[in-house]
Amino acid sequence: MNDTPNTTRRGFLKAGLATGGALAAGGGGAAANPDPLITEVQPWATGLGAGVDATPYGLPIEYEADVIRRNVPWLTADVISSINFTPIHALDGTITPQGCAFERHHSGAIDMRKEDYRLMINGLVDTPLVFTYADLERFPRVNHTYFLECAANTGMEWAGAQLNGAQFTHGMIHNMEYTGVPLRTLLEEAGIQPSARWIYVEGADASSNGRSIPLEKALDDVLVAFRANGEALRMEHGYPVRLCVPGWEGNMWVKWLRRVEVMDRPVESREETSKYTDTLADGTSRKWTWVMDAKSIITSPSPQSPIVHGHGPLVIAGLAWSGRGAIERVDVSLDGGRNWQSARLAAPPQPMALTRFYLEIEWDGSEMLLQSRAIDSTGYVQPTKAQLREVRGLNSIYHNNCIQTWWIKPDGEAENVEVS
Amino acid sequence: MSKFRNLLVCTALASLAAAPALAEKLGLGRPALPEEIAAWDVDVSPDGAGLPPGSGSVADGEVLFSENCAVCHGEFAEGVDNWPKLAGGDGTLAREDPLKTVGSYWPYLSTVWDYVHRTMPFGGAQTLSDDEVYAIVAYILYSNYLVDDEFVLSQENFLEVEMPNAGGFIVDDRDGVEVPRFSQPPCMNDCKDSVGITMRAAVLDVTPDETAAGETASEAVQVAVAETTVPAAASAPDPALVAQGEKVFRECAACHRIGEGATHRVGPILTGVYMRAAAQAEGFRYSPAMTEAGEGGLLWDQTTLDAYLERPADVVPRGRMSFRGLSEPGDREAVIAYLRSFSE
Ligand code: HEC
Ligand code: HEC
Repeated sequence: MNDTPNTTRRGFLKAGLATGGALAAGGGGAAANPDPLITEVQPWATGLGAGVDATPYGLPIEYEADVIRRNVPWLTADVISSINFTPIHALDGTITPQGCAFERHHSGAIDMRKEDYRLMINGLVDTPLVFTYADLERFPRVNHTYFLECAANTGMEWAGAQLNGAQFTHGMIHNMEYTGVPLRTLLEEAGIQPSARWIYVEGADASSNGRSIPLEKALDDVLVAFRANGEALRMEHGYPVRLCVPGWEGNMWVKWLRRVEVMDRPVESREETSKYTDTLADGTSRKWTWVMDAKSIITSPSPQSPIVHGHGPLVIAGLAWSGRGAIERVDVSLDGGRNWQSARLAAPPQPMALTRFYLEIEWDGSEMLLQSRAIDSTGYVQPTKAQLREVRGLNSIYHNNCIQTWWIKPDGEAENVEVS
Repeated sequence: MSKFRNLLVCTALASLAAAPALAEKLGLGRPALPEEIAAWDVDVSPDGAGLPPGSGSVADGEVLFSENCAVCHGEFAEGVDNWPKLAGGDGTLAREDPLKTVGSYWPYLSTVWDYVHRTMPFGGAQTLSDDEVYAIVAYILYSNYLVDDEFVLSQENFLEVEMPNAGGFIVDDRDGVEVPRFSQPPCMNDCKDSVGITMRAAVLDVTPDETAAGETASEAVQVAVAETTVPAAASAPDPALVAQGEKVFRECAACHRIGEGATHRVGPILTGVYMRAAAQAEGFRYSPAMTEAGEGGLLWDQTTLDAYLERPADVVPRGRMSFRGLSEPGDREAVIAYLRSFSE
């Protein structure tokens, strides 16, 4: 992994387009007049700022007011069974702040006090148990950072380039550091019987959103989480307790978790038959498509985050992830997939968590067809849309992990396109 | 299940390092009582395990469906607007834009029973009796031409119903079909001869408009609220506020329709509700509590609507509006202005 930035000019040139090009419309030139922001005493340098406790729980400064979740009203009949999108085009690093992490509810986000929370474990166990929230906090805890991606992320793009913005094409994802108790610990507290093969998990909301999970996975890394990024979960993410199913589709991460039933068979609930199954070209459908395939996206520049600084140094930033393990490498193409170069990974990749990548180039103002391609620790390479369609046809809806193309125009604007 | 063997291998190291060592049970929690398990463990499996005794006819189902489900799913389960269609789509799965319904797609009848029983009607989950669920499921089968109009569905004959797409599913085969194909060392240079743009999102133009963002609008509402010293009962509502209210109304639209051609849904039509007594919409079955409140003189004005929309249960205890309320005063102000605009 190459985690030293190419900060030298030679590095830029090596990493970038072979530019002979014009320099710096937006920087590097000499100033004609002194900058008043420097030469004049500014109000903030003479008066006083806000006192402590001006906002007991801090919110982003007003200038960041557009960094918010957004939805696409035409997608769903109403906002209660609906989805919105994380503003990934405007974030950096890898951790998603809870307040702008996307939401998906099937019967609305419910409002439940910790005191009213109960978790039942029943079925093929020696002793069916009920835990309170306070009980959960007395079990040994772990901390893990995981991405949660909705299986429908990028789903609108199966048929062609549709939504103009990384937030809308790839924003059904977030990445948080969770604190919780391994589900294994709770199952062992109840005593798993030998005939057990599956668990069925459901939430306390009206949808209950039940899902069946193989016992093997349940005992491996599934987490009963009550904090994210150090804080209590937000209501919209399942306060006070949700399930984390690392690397697997977001629908399985049951919110307001109320019951885990140990079973010898799957329930075949609505969420694993009518929904979250993937129809192939011949009309048969795959079921139990749990793992999220390796995927990446350039978050900037992108349609909602155009290049506004003119020619010269440009940071291309993006995210990569895989449900099968850690990201090994990310390649970036500036010419629609003809030629590729490896991007710089910002930190050592962690399994089933987002990885940030950067490619620093010298942009000469020519058009680009920007793409990124993730390669994970199993050697899986993120496919093109054409490769996916060849196997799956056009009707799969879920699990679209294809390579995305942004067309960068000479004025720095970007557009979601498909290329040959 | 070799699919996550790999995954086990990749994560073993990480989990070993981070997992706390646990030898013994901690004795936390308490045994679940049989009544508690019975209350929550209601899932039904494909083999019928979990189904309670009971039965219901297509004829009864038709009436129940019309009363409880048709506002969203249509009288014949054909779906209204963007709400899910529960019938039709036979033979469309291999076509472009398949129509997936209970009849064309669902592999197990148990799933229909389980889902309707625990989740529907939307906004009134777990209010149907077991026999009513049997009847409604029978009617959904009938709407899909899978049973005739004399049919009675019961615990006994449940497994005899054949679902057309029962054989239409395969277990995830990506590991065999896709992973080898997509695990070739990737090309780095001169990977194709030419590249051309074949489709553009801007041409389609379906991306939501960024400038119409919620926060700017709600600021406008805050200003409007601040400037209105007396809740404006006399003056006409501010058009900007009404427009903002229309957006807030999306939270109500699951249960309410308003304006021309509106019909009752889970909740009553709201046309004309402003400055009218409670529980007056014709043909809607209000809760006894709401009817009583109307008879007792509850009038929907600025103040009472504001209180009701903040916390419905505080104004009409034991009412039937299962809505958690609008906590933002600006949202309430706006949606009330929107309701008013249909009462002029
Ligand atoms: C207020 C509107 C509304 C009413 C009334 C309603 N539903 Fe639904 N129904 C929905 C919504 C919304 C969904 C999708 C929920 C989701 O996204 O999880 C749904 C989903 C369903 C589904 C699953 C559809 C699929 O393809 O997966 C079935 C079956 C269903 N409803 C049956 C019923 C029955 C039976 C009734 C009456 C007892 C009913 N519904 C009443 C709104 C409604
Ligand atoms: C989950 C369904 C649901 C949602 C969401 C909902 N309502 Fe209701 N609403 C109802 C029902 C049901 C009633 C009838 C209550 C009763 O009979 O007790 C009702 C009653 C009302 C009434 C009184 C009507 C009358 O004729 O007296 C008003 C006003 C109202 N709702 C406004 C709203 C507004 C505004 C919203 C959105 C901010 C909203 N409701 C959201 C279900 C809902």
